[in-house]
Amino acid sequence: MRPIRRQRLYLIIVMLLGIGTAVAFTLKAFNDNLMFFFSPSDVVMGKAPARQAFRLGGMVVDGSVERPGDDLLVRFKLTDYGKDVAVEYTGILPDLFREGQGVVTKGRLRPDGVFVAEEVLAKHDENYMPPEVAGSLKKETVAGRPASEEK
Amino acid sequence: MFMRFFHRMASPPYFYVISGRWLPWLAVICLALILAGLYGGLVEAPADYQQGDSFRIIYIHVPSAWMSLFIYVVMAVAGGIGLIWHIKLAEMVAVSSAPIGASFTFLALVTGSLWGKPMWGTWWVWDGRLTSELILLFLYLGVIALYGAIDDKRRAGRAAAILALVGVVNIPIIHYSVEWWNTLHQGPTVTKFDKPSIHISMLIPLLLMAGGFKLFYLIAVLMRLRSEILERERNSKWVTALVGSEDRRQKTEDRVQESDVDPRRVGP
Repeated sequence: MRPIRRQRLYLIIVMLLGIGTAVAFTLKAFNDNLMFFFSPSDVVMGKAPARQAFRLGGMVVDGSVERPGDDLLVRFKLTDYGKDVAVEYTGILPDLFREGQGVVTKGRLRPDGVFVAEEVLAKHDENYMPPEVAGSLKKETVAGRPASEEK
Repeated sequence: MFMRFFHRMASPPYFYVISGRWLPWLAVICLALILAGLYGGLVEAPADYQQGDSFRIIYIHVPSAWMSLFIYVVMAVAGGIGLIWHIKLAEMVAVSSAPIGASFTFLALVTGSLWGKPMWGTWWVWDGRLTSELILLFLYLGVIALYGAIDDKRRAGRAAAILALVGVVNIPIIHYSVEWWNTLHQGPTVTKFDKPSIHISMLIPLLLMAGGFKLFYLIAVLMRLRSEILERERNSKWVTALVGSEDRRQKTEDRVQESDVDPRRVGP
């Protein structure tokens, strides 16, 4: 490689390294703002903002969904398999909403610790399989929930 | 052997002739892959256990998203080669790839949005994956705009290549966004070191589609390159000879029809 070309190559490598470092530091600094939602553990530990609206994401706890009246009010618990947070929501739930499913809700924390959601989005996981396969998998893991969820 | 092939391919006249021979074959394979993938994905593959038939948009969405990243890397690498070795063809590969990559990015965003509404319950959210993919679209548009804004095409190509290289930091961010941050978008299904978390009957059509999209890109970039070569080298002898001979043949064929041939294109 001729010296001038080598020089240009080094220049480009240095440029890429510089930009990479700068971006890495920026992302690190804004890490908290880049989180799309807080986990139930964050909320219980008081990391989530108390007065502002924020998003809370987790898995809907099995057997926790209840509809107290005949209106659209629905109560359920969200978990990250560490801590649980109770959620109240009035409105139409997405089709994919079900127990054991990941959801992301947006709303505020009431002083009594219940999260009042204005919006519920379903978060689907990265697994795709035919219903028969899902059925046989379920039979194999009767007691537990799928092991590979929510890092 | 390989290096000799590489050197010869970097010469525009040689490349023009060779790529013209490749195109029909590539088109046939590409069409076969896409048709097989579509049939496998839309007809053969079973419905998903949770998403039902709606998951089938994966066969467009995921290959498009992969292509949006792949083409960007090709563009940046070609731009870098063009900058370092001043190879005209590499610069042309970089600038010819940009509109194709932008289209795939747009397609990935649109199909993702159409998928998001029924599944997540929203067209769009500002989470890490969606936002970084949108930035990728803007990077592509920036490269296209920068190249178009400078009249001297060699200088324009170099400026666009630098922008493409700067933007390459966004590629790992897009890929790892779903792991570094909490996002609404789910984690990777296929592109991870683990076993793919998609059933084999659904995976095969997806890979066929991905192969078909790759070939489509190859075809599109070859065609764009060929016209870019003709445009840039229009004053060189081999182009006038080539176009001239084609014009003459055309004229003998169309003599009856009184065709209006562009006077600039008539050879010596």
